[in-house]
Amino acid sequence: MRTPRNIIAYLQAAPLMAVLLTFLIAPILMIIVVSFWGATEFSIYPAFQFDNYAFLFGSPVTYKVFFATFKYALITWVFTLSIGFTVAYFLAFHVRTQVMQTALFLLCTIPFLTSNIIRMISWIPFLGRNGIANQTLISWGVIDEPLEWLLYSDFSVILAFVHLYTLFMVVPIFNTMMRIDRSLIEAAYDNGASGLQTLWHVIVPLTKPGIMIGTIFVVTLVMGDFITVRFMSGSQKANVGRLISNDISLLQYPSAAATAVVLLCTVLLVIGILLRFVNIRKEL
Amino acid sequence: MSKMRYSRRTLLKTGAAAAASTLAAPMVWAQEIKDIKLRQFGTGVSNLNDVATKVKEDLGFTLEMTALDSDSVTQRAATQPDSFDIADIEYWICKKVWPTGNLQAMDASKIANYDKIAGTFRSGKLTPESVIAQGTAPHTVGFVEGPGSTKFATDESGWMTLIPTIYNADTLGIRPDLINRPIDSWAELLNPEFKGKASILDISSIGIMDMAMVCEAMGEIQYGDKGNMTKEEIDKTFAIFTAAKQNGQFRAFWKSFDESVNLMASGEVVIQSMWSPAITAVKSRGVPCVYQPLKEGYRSWGGGLGLSASLSGIELEAAYEYINWYLSGWVGGYLMRQGYYSAVPETSKNFMTENEWGYWYEGKAATDIITSPTGDQLAVAGDVRDGGSFTDRMGAVACWNSVMDENQYMVRKWNEFIAA
Repeated sequence: MRTPRNIIAYLQAAPLMAVLLTFLIAPILMIIVVSFWGATEFSIYPAFQFDNYAFLFGSPVTYKVFFATFKYALITWVFTLSIGFTVAYFLAFHVRTQVMQTALFLLCTIPFLTSNIIRMISWIPFLGRNGIANQTLISWGVIDEPLEWLLYSDFSVILAFVHLYTLFMVVPIFNTMMRIDRSLIEAAYDNGASGLQTLWHVIVPLTKPGIMIGTIFVVTLVMGDFITVRFMSGSQKANVGRLISNDISLLQYPSAAATAVVLLCTVLLVIGILLRFVNIRKEL
Repeated sequence: MSKMRYSRRTLLKTGAAAAASTLAAPMVWAQEIKDIKLRQFGTGVSNLNDVATKVKEDLGFTLEMTALDSDSVTQRAATQPDSFDIADIEYWICKKVWPTGNLQAMDASKIANYDKIAGTFRSGKLTPESVIAQGTAPHTVGFVEGPGSTKFATDESGWMTLIPTIYNADTLGIRPDLINRPIDSWAELLNPEFKGKASILDISSIGIMDMAMVCEAMGEIQYGDKGNMTKEEIDKTFAIFTAAKQNGQFRAFWKSFDESVNLMASGEVVIQSMWSPAITAVKSRGVPCVYQPLKEGYRSWGGGLGLSASLSGIELEAAYEYINWYLSGWVGGYLMRQGYYSAVPETSKNFMTENEWGYWYEGKAATDIITSPTGDQLAVAGDVRDGGSFTDRMGAVACWNSVMDENQYMVRKWNEFIAA
């Protein structure tokens, strides 16, 4: 009697399995394999050598670039979390009617109707030396000279990241906040907790899964990005994604694959650590 | 009908031998010519749809064009010989790709205007007094010893690797209205006066050459051959530029044509490496921009058409037909109006007005409005082309785009420079 049931279960899981095997596992395995290959100027050849990794770990640039990648991820995380949490809190607890909640939530998603890249590039004329921001500040008399660091700097890169990815924080946090049983908050107040105490001891712990999901989104997106860094820093700054894209454009696929493998491991490690703090599945 | 007759007659003239051996009746040519499709791929500069349209009109067959970036072009030419019939590649790419045997040598005797091809591509000397520039000069990879040979010939062997199509001399672009003083040296790119207002292109193979021109002009480094640097020379060059980068000399680096135009037009940058059509694009927005000739000379590049090794029979004849047509003047005139040069400048003259020829080729003051092939106004009466005449510009080439023996080392250093 047990065998048929097993078969049915396997069959039910098979389509998803097939999709994941073909489009996720196989490409990753391919990348791992190629990372051990060798390359000439215009071709790659199968081999099993550690040259790519040896060069990667032997170069000070790698460490610098990984450090920059973490720096971007951390700063972006801090800003997206504080903005995302505040917006979600407002939507979940201060907006009373559900219609209004839905309407305001949709409002948050409106910028996402245009492409990622367009939203990013539109910052460039705004922040430029003769851009709107500088002209406005000068006309107000706040500054005499245009601020150079507004564009093509870490500032502009992080600004773009925060702008692009805050919604990924808002959505999961808002979602978990909506599930919080309102009677818990009333109970906290009845027991004499202040607003801040309720926030810190009741709402934040119960929102942790949402925060964690948002964090995973933001961290993986920022760590895997290359185009935002390239455009917003005017190619002046580098992160790991740019290292990989440079290698690819120069046909150094094995070297790019090795960097990709190291990046993948790093990101998985970060997510692994994050998941130690919160059991997402239990909370969902 | 007249089109068909034209095709048959000319094809018979050029390809009689091949036709006789492979085809029963010459009439077949006229009917089949319409069905011929040649697949050409190359970089965006010369893959012009207008050319394909004109080919259909003049020659009757179909030319299918694919535009790729130069790295993809190299890879495709080297690894997928059956995916194309005609490769439109740069000379330095030819140096990399020819040894793979994916291209076949062309018989110079079948090229009608061979004798009129500019000296740069044959003897290497534009004029008898010319000095051959450093780097991958086109004539050094322009000929092989014979059909099937993978060895480059040192003289005009009669077997060509590429038929030159487009070439030009590159220099720095400047905003004269924001600089307000004459600029005459590559060294100005790193002048502290332009701190935070300079830019260089983020394409390693070309960027390194611009860097070398700057370092040499500053008197910091004396290169044996800028087109083939030693590791030590590469290190020194990057040391100078990394220091400048950390001092905030550069506003940004650019990778695409549009980026270079925007940087210049918005005033973010006042001096940078630039390409000729980008200058035109800035000017067409009403912003003054000069392609500044510099005393150290130009960094030059050139491209050409190569034939796939698998091309044979009627398609091969059609390809020769296409190349002869390419050199016969219409394309040359079209390219010259974009600010490039054609391999056989003389034939273009018939397809240009006297005013255009004087402005673009002879370096004379325009007598009337100068427009681009697409109709944008580029200059008014009295304007003179930056850098002057053909011989003034192409005669002052200091270095050709090239590929170095230490290319992989240089690329890694370039990555470090970007991350620095």
